Parts: sequence; C-alpha cells; structure tokens
Amino acid sequence: MRVRGQPATATDRQPAEALLVAEGLDKRFGALQVLDAVTVSVPAGSAVGIVGPNGAGKTTLLDLLAGALRPDHGRVLLAGRDVSSLGAAGRCRLGIGRTHQIPRPFTGMTVFENVLVAAAMGGGLRGGAAQERALEALTMTGMLELANRRADTLGLLDRKRLELARALATGPSLLLLDEIAGGLTEPETHALVEHIQQLHARGLTIVWIEHVVHALLRVAQRLICLAGGRIIADGEPQTVMRDPAVIDAYLGSAA
Amino acid sequence: MTLLEVRDLDARHGLLQAVRGVSLSLERGDTLALVGANGAGKSTLLRTIAGAHPAAGGEILFDGRRINHLPAHRRVALGIGVVPEGRQLFLSLTVEENLLVAARPGEWTIDRVLEAFPLIAERRRSRAVNLSGGERQAVAIARALMANPSLLLLDEVSLGLAPVTVDDLYRSLRAVIAAGTTVLLVEQDLSRALGICQRVACMLEGRIVLEGRAGELTREQVTEAYFGLGRLEGAGRPEAAPGAGVAHQEASP
Repeated sequence: MRVRGQPATATDRQPAEALLVAEGLDKRFGALQVLDAVTVSVPAGSAVGIVGPNGAGKTTLLDLLAGALRPDHGRVLLAGRDVSSLGAAGRCRLGIGRTHQIPRPFTGMTVFENVLVAAAMGGGLRGGAAQERALEALTMTGMLELANRRADTLGLLDRKRLELARALATGPSLLLLDEIAGGLTEPETHALVEHIQQLHARGLTIVWIEHVVHALLRVAQRLICLAGGRIIADGEPQTVMRDPAVIDAYLGSAA
Repeated sequence: MTLLEVRDLDARHGLLQAVRGVSLSLERGDTLALVGANGAGKSTLLRTIAGAHPAAGGEILFDGRRINHLPAHRRVALGIGVVPEGRQLFLSLTVEENLLVAARPGEWTIDRVLEAFPLIAERRRSRAVNLSGGERQAVAIARALMANPSLLLLDEVSLGLAPVTVDDLYRSLRAVIAAGTTVLLVEQDLSRALGICQRVACMLEGRIVLEGRAGELTREQVTEAYFGLGRLEGAGRPEAAPGAGVAHQEASP
C-alpha cells in the first residue's frame, strides 16, 4: 500500500535516482550565515536523518526544502524539476509534505476535519476523494479511532500523530519531519517511530531532523550532521554518530 | 552535609513532560555539571530547582527543608543563587549598581567579586547596556554571588560567547568554586564542564541517564548517554545495530 496520489517512488524507480536535490544552499539572517553551500541529494525511497547541535541550521534547511524560506543562493530540485521559485503551498502540491516542530492543529475542529483540510488544501482533493485520503492518513497513523475527537483534547503523542496524518493527507512523495519525537516518553517515541517505519516501508522518502538521535537511528539509513551551517558528516548512521568531528560539534572539542 | 536534595522530580511544559523523575543530591562544596542534548530537560530542571518553573511532582529539599512551594525570591533568600540563561541585567544601571542591587551580607563583597571577575573590574562604572555579551554574563554571575548564595545555579553561561571570553568566564568560575561555593551548572561543552566540576550528570529526554565523577567517566560513555545510543539494543533495524555500546547506569546519586 502506498500513499494515494503520490508520484512514483523507490518501488518503481531506479533506487539511485534522486527524488530531492538541494544544490549549494546559502542562507543568511542578517550577519549570520545559517547555511553555507549545503548540497544534499536524497534518493527516492530513502530515509535520511539530519542531526546537529543547537543552531546548526537544521530547521532552516528544512524550511528551504519545504519552500517556507527562500535561499540566498542555490536551488532545490524535486524529481528533477527545479522548484526553487515555488512557495510552500506549491511544493506541497508537487509532493513535499512536512510536519512542524510545534504542531498547531485547528483546535476547534475534530481530528478528521483537521486531516480533511490538509487533504483538500494541501492535496488539492475534493469531496469523496479528500475524505478517502483523510481516512487513509488517519489509518496509517493509528488515529482512526480518535477521528471524532476535538484536536485540543489530544495528548502530546496523538497531537504528533495528527501532525503526521495532516502531512500524509497532502499526498507527499517526500515527507519532511521536523523534530517530531521531541518531548515524548520512550514508549511514546517507539509508537511514533513504528508509524514512520511503516511509512518508509511503503515507499515514502523521508528527511527527518531530530534531536532524539536514538529514535532517528531506528529509521534512517543515512545521517547528515550539520554544524555551523555546513555538512560535517554524511554517511552510515552509527559511523556518523561516532565521528569525532560530530561528537566535538555537540560536546565541544576534547580538551 | 547534603545541601540540595532532589527526589523524583517532575516538571512539565503543557503536554510535554520535560523532567521525569529526576533525583540528585549535592553536598556542600560539590560541583555538578548537567549535560545533554537540546530538549533533554537540563534548563527546566535548573529552573524548577530555582523556583522559576513549577514542579509537577517530587520534592526539592534545600538545607533539609522542603522548598517545593516557595516562590523564587524566597529561595534566593534561603541561599539559592541563579544565573539564568539570557542574563537579565538592569541595562540602564552601571556594573557596580547591578551588583549592589543584589548584595546580601557575607564573604562576597563587591571588591572580592570584582577581583574574581577581572573581565568587568575595569568596567565598574560602565552602564550594562554598553557591555559586550561576555561582560554582561560576567556581571550576571557576579551579581548572583553578591547575594552570597550557598548554592549557585548556572544556566549555559557560555551560550553565544566567543571561546576566548568563555575561557575568561571559566577562570572566574574556577575561583568561585575554589572559594567553596556549591555549584550546579548546565553546560553544552563537555570538556569545559569536566574541567571545573567534580561530577557530571547526563540527561536524555527528561531523565538522568548517566552520572559519575568527572575523572572516571570517559568521553565515549558520555557520548553514548548523550545520544541514547545504548537504547538501540534490540531495535528493529538491523542497519542500526549498536556498536560496542556502554550500558547506561540509572541515576544513583
């Protein structure tokens, strides 16, 4: 089973083909160079984790990929198409779904209504098709039985599941996750990770920024470490997390 | 003699439980560094001890007295000094005025404090608004000392400062610790923390997952705890199989 309406993914493509390419992304905020010539290529069907200490530029990178921010230099390609000139809504329609660090559901609406809005506004669906997509997104995140609950009555894990369901309802081929595991207990983190593992197994391409490294390592096949706006390590997760440069970036250099 | 004892402390930010059942204790003269990733709960723990954030459960005992329900200013009066993240000086006042505002009788007089903080000694009459970030941080620590606290809580004093400035601040902190002040500090930089504290506690997702004496913990042990790498034992992904992981000790203060 695959997310409805999504473009082709690893299941029917050459595995090495890049779904997402970011080329030479630069971003400044005033005098601060937040990202410095960051180039990343994400093969279709892969799960890539992005780690880095506070202030490394992770969320800025995600914002540039999602179209919430524009780079000063560089471009973003989705399935070979230059999407640099598109904003977040345009990229969403082309298949880039994202979750936010702080979920902000429509609190006066039910869970189902929240997801329906995402299917309609982000996924461009109407009527029965939007409802079907919303139900599917709720099923994939284990939220179906809470469909009629008001969003403001949900606990933290269910809010995160709802955030995931809203991103899925837009019909993404690429899912960008922004610190979705933050603040959960360990069993809750496991439950959330299971959903993400299943989504990945269904062929979704995932780029996941996360401070909860052990959660990330359960899904990611590859880790990229950012520090000071640059990529300082990129490779097999366990190797990256034991790379002295990565450890120094988090803990300070060994004296 | 135990100065601070925290038992099974919980603290929340709305739906998020930031501190989960943390226990730790500090003897007089102890120095403990809290390390951990962003969001691990270090600052919330510190702020809860200081009374700047409510405890959702558990106990905080200071000098044998339960202080859970005391407001922050009463805890200051009991001898808990706090250097919050962000410094919060009176910008229109001079360095000297900022220090005198906080003064309480004791060993730490303005002259002695300025001696320990050469970074600001020459700027005694400058307004805080004209100080650099490092100088402001020095004033913030010095001001906390002026209250002659028996316990000093420091939250990320090196945040956003140039390494050379942090070196100066840590030299001053060393002098403060040498004078016998009990210190609990939150620090991102492990080497700096190990350099001045006797003990280190590493937090992960609201819990203390590793604690030990600074000289006895290896960087590898701290790294495992910091990232929760040991938690991958038995995880579903063969690709993410753990390396030679060091098992985590539970907190045992």
